[in-house]
Amino acid sequence: MSAVAAPTAVRAPRGRTGLAAVVVACGASVLAYALQAMGLSGERPDNVVVYAVAFTGFAVAGWYAIRRFAHAADPVLYPTAVLLGGLGLAMLYRLMVDRGHPEFAAEQAVWLVVGLASFVLALVVIRDVRQLDAYTYTIGLAGLILLLLPIVPGVGTEINGAKLWVNLGVVTFQPAEAGRILIVIFLASYLSQRREMLAAGVGRLGLPRPKDLGPLILAWGASLVVLFLERDMGASLLLFGVFVVMVWVATGRWSYLVLGLALFAIGAYIGYLAFSHVQVRVDAWLHAMDPKVVADQGYQLAQGWFALATGGMVGTGLGQGSPTLIPYVGSDFILAAFGEELGMLGVAALLLLYLVLVGRGLRIAVERTDGFEKLLAVGLTTLLGLQVFVIAGGVLRLIPLTGVPLPLVSYGGTSRVATAIVLALLVRTSAGPWFRARRERSAPTEEQADG
Amino acid sequence: MDRQIRRLGIAFVALFAVLFAQVAYVQVVAADRIANQPANAARQIRAEYAVERGQILAADIKTVLATSVPNKDPDSPYLFVRQYPMGELFGQLTGYYSQIYGRTGLEQAMNPYLAGTAPEFTTQNLTDIIFGRARRGGTVVTTLDANLQRVAREAMGDLQGAVVAIDPTNGDVLAMYSNPGFDPQPLSSGTPAQIQDAWRRVTSDPDTPLVAHAFQDLYLPGSTFKTVTASAALEHGWGPEKEWPNPHHLELDGTDEHIENFGDEFCNGGSKTVTMAQAFESSCNVTFAEIGMRLKAQRMAGQAQAYGFCRTEPTVSPACQDETIPFVLPWEVGHFPDASYFDNNEAALARSAIGLDNDLTNPLHLALIASAIANDGTMYAPRLVTEVRDGTTGQPIKTFGPDEFSHPLTADSARQLRAMMVSVVDSGTGTAARIGGTVVAGKTGTATNGENTPPNAWFTSFAPAGPGQTARIAVAVIVLDGGDLGNEATGGQVAAPIAKQVMEAYLG
Repeated sequence: MSAVAAPTAVRAPRGRTGLAAVVVACGASVLAYALQAMGLSGERPDNVVVYAVAFTGFAVAGWYAIRRFAHAADPVLYPTAVLLGGLGLAMLYRLMVDRGHPEFAAEQAVWLVVGLASFVLALVVIRDVRQLDAYTYTIGLAGLILLLLPIVPGVGTEINGAKLWVNLGVVTFQPAEAGRILIVIFLASYLSQRREMLAAGVGRLGLPRPKDLGPLILAWGASLVVLFLERDMGASLLLFGVFVVMVWVATGRWSYLVLGLALFAIGAYIGYLAFSHVQVRVDAWLHAMDPKVVADQGYQLAQGWFALATGGMVGTGLGQGSPTLIPYVGSDFILAAFGEELGMLGVAALLLLYLVLVGRGLRIAVERTDGFEKLLAVGLTTLLGLQVFVIAGGVLRLIPLTGVPLPLVSYGGTSRVATAIVLALLVRTSAGPWFRARRERSAPTEEQADG
Repeated sequence: MDRQIRRLGIAFVALFAVLFAQVAYVQVVAADRIANQPANAARQIRAEYAVERGQILAADIKTVLATSVPNKDPDSPYLFVRQYPMGELFGQLTGYYSQIYGRTGLEQAMNPYLAGTAPEFTTQNLTDIIFGRARRGGTVVTTLDANLQRVAREAMGDLQGAVVAIDPTNGDVLAMYSNPGFDPQPLSSGTPAQIQDAWRRVTSDPDTPLVAHAFQDLYLPGSTFKTVTASAALEHGWGPEKEWPNPHHLELDGTDEHIENFGDEFCNGGSKTVTMAQAFESSCNVTFAEIGMRLKAQRMAGQAQAYGFCRTEPTVSPACQDETIPFVLPWEVGHFPDASYFDNNEAALARSAIGLDNDLTNPLHLALIASAIANDGTMYAPRLVTEVRDGTTGQPIKTFGPDEFSHPLTADSARQLRAMMVSVVDSGTGTAARIGGTVVAGKTGTATNGENTPPNAWFTSFAPAGPGQTARIAVAVIVLDGGDLGNEATGGQVAAPIAKQVMEAYLG
């Protein structure tokens, strides 16, 4: 835990730059919205001003909320997230209008606002992330319950061969999205308390005491349960990846990383042997372009590749391609839609935005001095970064496709709220406790900016 | 922990680098290969039909052979539909442009220009994108004379076969009509079911209208090939007045076959000797078989190659690999065996000298040969497209000049051969091609067509052919299976009148 003091004093002037970044992100998002509408219909959309005002209004309101409740927050995370959300929404409008269901995109706009509200609410409620450190086991247990909830008979709903949905009558949601965040908080808390024990080991073999290992084995078991009973490869991969990374960062021992990866490889292999739908996915991944499966099991992957290849370097232009040929293009395959219409440059820009989020998240981890805060930032960042890699790698056919949403961009309500919470926790971690923010707010130059 | 966090950062950068590399591979490196897969047909077709495809015009720049009009069906994914106002008249030349069966003819050959994807369009496309204008393909201007094409169709009437008219001075294809042809319209627009239905009809037709008799089929040239044999003799220094023995039959050494004149007639009244000019006028097989054998295989094959005939090895394969005379459309150039084929096989050489055995040609190639003779020995490759124009401004984007192919004979030889061909029309087998007030040069051909099928009737010609006149049109005609005269048909009776009508119409 080498000390890099949080340079709070230096951060103060970030305010105006941050607002400028938010406005630029809004401008790019509104431009994308206008371009997709023009690309589709050839006419300037008449509601673009309303859209611009509403989008910018909400985004700037969110920025002021950060200034108010997390004054010294990282200035990059929020504008980057606004841009990703705005580009994603423009693309969803483009896709859903093309499919004749603009109301689905409007629904996602509402979810984006709900996500923003959750973000602000989380900042207000969690005034100091270290509060969370006090409820290690409560949070861990809650996370476990949410992860396993879909298995409970009568609660879980199976969609596309995976039981990840819980039907609450009005909405179906994926409790695993929330469960994962709670598990990350639990691991950050648990590992920050026990990291010396786990790193040092006792006895001749240098193994940690079973008492210290117990909860970790439980977390590993949970990810296997997710894999086997809920048949959700993507969620399992994320959970396990985050788990292994956090243990490794906490202990500094490579053996955990190697052991963890070996365990996952074994689990994945058993999963491949045991489940036909896993075999189908692996086969589709390997042979998507094979003439025998290209119109069948390989159809979605092949169409994704066709969209990307048709887009080429600069893309067809927003609204000018045919991304709706891809099944589930709005959720799993939205990256391919960007690839077709904005080209390699568009995809690269999108991935770079995520890399910026990851970079800022890890920077926050380095800057914090508290072990829990460090591990929390690492865990949340890894969760976000791995999710992007899993779905982007799946669409690009680097790895077998597992259906996880592209954070902030894909269609999906639960995912938006979950990502908003992850970002809120990172922002709160970067800003430090709220009471410190209140003290700093008394500086006269900042008073004006706060309006 | 900070060390691990930094390492984690590096690991993430590495993971994303792998993503970037894969993006570059799929979207740039392998993009064309992936996007052109047949399974991506839906995108390929939508992209094509989103462009207002350029027009194909006749040489007058007014007559529209193919054009794109906005699709009236708002639910169709295709913004434009292709129309062919002239129906089947130019079908085999424009080809079709089908959502299901792809492209043929000029639609295929000129596709990058018609679709506006050729490199010449890059600047225009960029400005179109900047100003938000719809992309528009280029206009293809052809050499075709719509009136002459109509005359050719009327002259053919119900007869199966083909007519090709060439401008000898530059190789321009003035008219090229085959009967039967096909109308590209039903193959290019309509519902998928309608298109499939039209496809079934055209592909199940036993007369194969999708294959143009004029340039995509090959036939025995028969006596029209004597123009090539005569060229070889003249080039060798054996003039038109050189006397040749004139037997009734020519026994072929080493076989029990013989060569006889058409209808087993005596040549030149049965005189003891005959000149090449006299033999040419009456189309005496025996004389030209004799000339071919005396010239020997090397000279015969060399002359054929100079005229663009593709070398074949009939004992190995009937196919031909050489690229000889270039043409914008896929076509079959004539065949003549490699000299080695005639080693110890004089009989084959004798038959080849009179356009039988393994000689093959079609009206387009024959018209090009006539053009070379008409044009003082300079042979042009056929030209069908003269230029591509910007679809909006009409400014020329690319021009295609005349393409000189070879010099198969000297100007002197050409003049001598021209005179020989003029006497064919004046007083020989081709008198049906006479035009009052115009000197016409020609050569008939009547090629056997298997045991029980009537012969194919040929005529190859050009005009005006008086001494010192510049020939303006060369016409070759084939009428399949004897036309309306059946077994009694000759090139002079059946094919020559068709060539005459076309030349007369063109020369006015």
